[in-house]
Amino acid sequence: MGIEGIGARVVRKEDRRFITGKGRYTDDIVLKDTTYAAFVRSPHAHARILSIDTTAAKAAPGVIDVLTGADLAGDRIGGLICGWMIHSKDGSPMKAGAHPAIAHEIVRHVGDQVAVVIAETKAQARDAAELVEIDYEVLTAVVDPAKAQDADAPQIHPEAAGNLIYDWHIGDAAATDAALAAAARTIKLDIVNNRLVPNPIEPRVAIGSYDEAEEHFTLYNTSQNPHVARLVLSAFVGIAPEHKLRVVAPDVGGGFGSKIFIYPEETVCLWASKKIGGRPVKWTSDRTEAFLTDCHGRDHVTRAEMAFDADNRITGFKVHTIANLGAYMSTFSSSVPTYLYATLLSGQYAIPAIYAEVEAVYTNTVPVDAYRGAGRPEATYLIERMMETAARELGVDPADLRRKNFVKSFPHQTPVIMCYDAGDYEATLDKALAAIDYAGLPARKAASLAKGKRRGLGFSCYIEACGIAPSQAVGSLGAGVGLWESAEVRVNPVGTIEVLTGSHSHGQGHETTFAQLVNDRLGIGVNNVQIVHGDTDKVQFGMGTYGSRSGAVGMSAIVKALDKVEAKAKKIAAHLMEASEADIVIEGGEVKVAGTDKTMAFAHVALAAYTGHNLPAGMEPGLKESAFYDPTNFTFPSGTYICEVEVDPDTGVVEIERFVAVDDFGNVINPMIVEGQVHGGLAQGIGQALLEGVTYDMESGQLLTGSFMDYTMPRADDLPSFEVSTTVTVCPGNPLGMKGCGEAGAIGSPPAVINAITDAIGVRDIAMPATPSKVWAALHGAA
Amino acid sequence: MYETSYHRPTSLSEAEALMGADVDAKFLAGGQTLLPTMKQRLAAPSALIDLRHLPELKGISVEGDTLVIGAATPHAAVQTSAEVKRTIPAIAKLAGLTGDPHVRHLGTIGGSVANNDPAADYPSAVLGLGATIHTNRRTIAAEDYFQGMFTTALEDGEIIVKIAFPIPLAANYEKFRHPASRYAMAGAFVAKTTGGVRVAVTGAAQGGVFRATAFEDALGADFRPEALDGLSVDADDMLSDIHGDSAYRANLVKVMVKRSVAGLL
Amino acid sequence: MTAVTLNVNGKRYSADVEDRTLLVQFIRETAGLTGTHVGCDTSQCGACVVLLDDVAVKSCTMLAAQANGGSVTTIEGLARGDQLHPVQAAFREHHGLQCGFCTPGMIMSAVDMIRRHPEGLDEATIRHELEGNICRCTGYHNIVKAIQSAADEMSALPAAAE
Repeated sequence: MGIEGIGARVVRKEDRRFITGKGRYTDDIVLKDTTYAAFVRSPHAHARILSIDTTAAKAAPGVIDVLTGADLAGDRIGGLICGWMIHSKDGSPMKAGAHPAIAHEIVRHVGDQVAVVIAETKAQARDAAELVEIDYEVLTAVVDPAKAQDADAPQIHPEAAGNLIYDWHIGDAAATDAALAAAARTIKLDIVNNRLVPNPIEPRVAIGSYDEAEEHFTLYNTSQNPHVARLVLSAFVGIAPEHKLRVVAPDVGGGFGSKIFIYPEETVCLWASKKIGGRPVKWTSDRTEAFLTDCHGRDHVTRAEMAFDADNRITGFKVHTIANLGAYMSTFSSSVPTYLYATLLSGQYAIPAIYAEVEAVYTNTVPVDAYRGAGRPEATYLIERMMETAARELGVDPADLRRKNFVKSFPHQTPVIMCYDAGDYEATLDKALAAIDYAGLPARKAASLAKGKRRGLGFSCYIEACGIAPSQAVGSLGAGVGLWESAEVRVNPVGTIEVLTGSHSHGQGHETTFAQLVNDRLGIGVNNVQIVHGDTDKVQFGMGTYGSRSGAVGMSAIVKALDKVEAKAKKIAAHLMEASEADIVIEGGEVKVAGTDKTMAFAHVALAAYTGHNLPAGMEPGLKESAFYDPTNFTFPSGTYICEVEVDPDTGVVEIERFVAVDDFGNVINPMIVEGQVHGGLAQGIGQALLEGVTYDMESGQLLTGSFMDYTMPRADDLPSFEVSTTVTVCPGNPLGMKGCGEAGAIGSPPAVINAITDAIGVRDIAMPATPSKVWAALHGAA
Repeated sequence: MYETSYHRPTSLSEAEALMGADVDAKFLAGGQTLLPTMKQRLAAPSALIDLRHLPELKGISVEGDTLVIGAATPHAAVQTSAEVKRTIPAIAKLAGLTGDPHVRHLGTIGGSVANNDPAADYPSAVLGLGATIHTNRRTIAAEDYFQGMFTTALEDGEIIVKIAFPIPLAANYEKFRHPASRYAMAGAFVAKTTGGVRVAVTGAAQGGVFRATAFEDALGADFRPEALDGLSVDADDMLSDIHGDSAYRANLVKVMVKRSVAGLL
Repeated sequence: MTAVTLNVNGKRYSADVEDRTLLVQFIRETAGLTGTHVGCDTSQCGACVVLLDDVAVKSCTMLAAQANGGSVTTIEGLARGDQLHPVQAAFREHHGLQCGFCTPGMIMSAVDMIRRHPEGLDEATIRHELEGNICRCTGYHNIVKAIQSAADEMSALPAAAE
């Protein structure tokens, strides 16, 4: 490991611009003659639009135009799509309703866009938006997924009878039922996975700009995957063919999944720019709009039953889940409660029979899609709550029960598609047990009790699937896209390097870790390596960043491109130094002939490649290579999290005394960045467990947690310092042996927290978020 | 925010004249509540009359057995004031628990008391100490001043100039913060005075700040947390929302009062 | 409209702006300094924190007119040329930022926090003092470490504090 190579704690290259205020986020971009869009949004959860009168708004100061869903339909602009086809048990395709970028005739959630005002200033647009007069016929709304299929529930989309989008299943029903029937003990659990709002601190922004001379559109947006945005806006929405549409996602202020999706405002800003004659149209979400329009996460209602034999080995696991997908199907929403959820229901355990049914329903709520972890937190929460509950009811130590049932040999084929390639679950458990001082727990509990507090400890042994994923495999499961990644490595004539990647960094530090990889291979200093991403005009097609895939997939593509660069450089060097190609080695920025003192700077080879004066016969000039990498399997990060809490019975306040996280991410490029990813994930997972949760008014469908005044974001004083460490089993599926680290913290932590609280206060279950009032009520036997 | 006009008077009389000229104007103190409300388009004053620059509203002083705090004094100044810490440290503590550091640099005691948010901290100190509100027109006793959430005895155009707090024998403030907003879900201001024990509670009740008289009586007889065992505030009078129902808030009131008392032992 | 003059990072900016113009709008749009961010509309996230006459304020919760005549320091005004302020340097050294969006507000808040606590800072105080700043990326762990480190360094070298 060099000081800037793989494994080094290199401080981030990108930080300098961020800490000096020089970051360039989408809202910082003001194009010449920019106009500003303000959306008129539905105040009702479900209503029929009877009429829209834009007269007064059009006459307001500064207003350039007011556009509605009828205008959009008239211009034959297509609706948004869900790009992953799921088939129901009976083989029928999922029932997706229309998703127009501006609602037409019916509004389906509070915040649904009904009209857009384009004005000279943002304030004028907002002022005029209030002058758009809309007459609604208010319809009954349903927001509870468990009630969406009730006979008296309103029909939200005509395409989906009874609001059922799909009724999907996986696994072996007969074998699982047989296991349950033959079980020595069965444990049942009803679990709700609470709905969350991603809330990256940068709100979404879209700037649409139409160049009449070139008949070309440009979209600047806050996207995790600009190429996918361009593909959807081109091929499905029909804004323009791909070569006439450029999408630029500059510095992006966090995403956590919510900026994967293609949103209505992007369509509208592009379309409106052309409509008003080519002036740019800019929309900047405020936080209130973000709560009402950014896709939410989670929202599962689950009933599960686990079978154990007399020796406490798991023999079967049966799961029924209702997943709330909201009012419209967002870009990848269908995949989250199916292939990203139920395929992980085996957890870290050898379970011979699993059967899961998932019903996805429409409700009059904000669309739900992937949020950090996406399906895997829901699976982990279910399994790890189940294991803890089982241990208590079987009367065995929760660590022992887990250990007994761990998968211990690899590869391991689960009954739910996944084939675990590598892992050592006992290693992470043992390391975590040692870190928390498990043996000392009874004494610590007694000490807490002596001061009137209650102490508890909770485990979570999670597994997840990252690096999504082999294109052929996901294609066979319904994905509308391939999930490879691309890279191009450009060596400049002076020996500096640009790496163009199809992945996208919005906080993950790619500019540093990707440069470390180049440094490791070629010895070029990280400051002589530029990582280029986020602009479809600069970078070849790529799939973007989500699912902890940028390392395992994105960097693997860079490895492949570097292989080609290295091979060509060696050929040139061998020619120049009159040596055998097989003897050439590249290290420390030098190209050397092994076993001799012959050497030349890598930069010299680069220059030779571009002058072309003296190249091997028949070789093309230049030193620039590209590659596409398609993974051979998912990767399977895993780990053990242990949370220890102290509860104040007077107020119900839960203090996290310690949080130990031991993760196996395979090989790690930059431990500093990896630890940061874990910290952030833990905060979001602990947030889900203790603080965060969406509440809708069940009757009106109004969002009651629609601002930071009501939706509890984790703050510094809600959280402890975390104790994070790693173990390593190398991932055999990619050249760097990496597994991915972006989501683990959010996936593994919620059950650890809830297991700790239920241990502390002696209840079977408590709903997330376990707020002080809920904990107090549980302690005092109230509802 | 709707369009408005901003005025920065430099004297009390100028502020009064500006308000007299525009019935839809509002006084602007620190603005830490009013401006967010305006940004949400939930308030649309035609004019904002900034009170932060009026010399009459400035300063902290000790006058005999009274601590006088000018209405335009920001929370941070109260929090760090040597006079406040010397005479009524509970008020400095309360100020330090109000909002966050940035809000405390702008938000003022006068603005907080004039707004009378049911979850604001200052009303509990004003009522708990039996303070006197000095306005540009008169003086108002705390008991007469608070008239239910967001409602006070202030008349149109009336400006709080200063608030005079009788210095107690001892006082303490304990706050249970709303998890999201960080306003008080239950804030208990307990004061031992020569006239007896006073307990004022903010954040919890539907009617805004109130005196827990049953608690006062019990503590007057026996100033220990245990004196409240068996007593309670009526849950029916408490607020209820997704972060805590009325039973929980009633519990919090008692716990916070007990902790406030415990801090004085 | 109202005439507003502000000294921002040592440079004078004068403009006629709508009375409703927020200080953050003046900074971003009139002065063109986009390092100061807006992350919420209820005055809680703290992405907009700047120093006004040397104390931290939320520039989204103040009218530009209220600040008229004042002196503003934004994130762009913190470093001296190439020399980072100790708080900026500590954030980088301790990986106290990821996406960078809350970072300007965090750093300005930390500068103010350290100024207000010449006696030094411990972890509990730092966490409490960060009540007005929300970060969604870091879990605060490394932000707390960065502020602690900068506070320690600045108290050891009082001359470097300003």
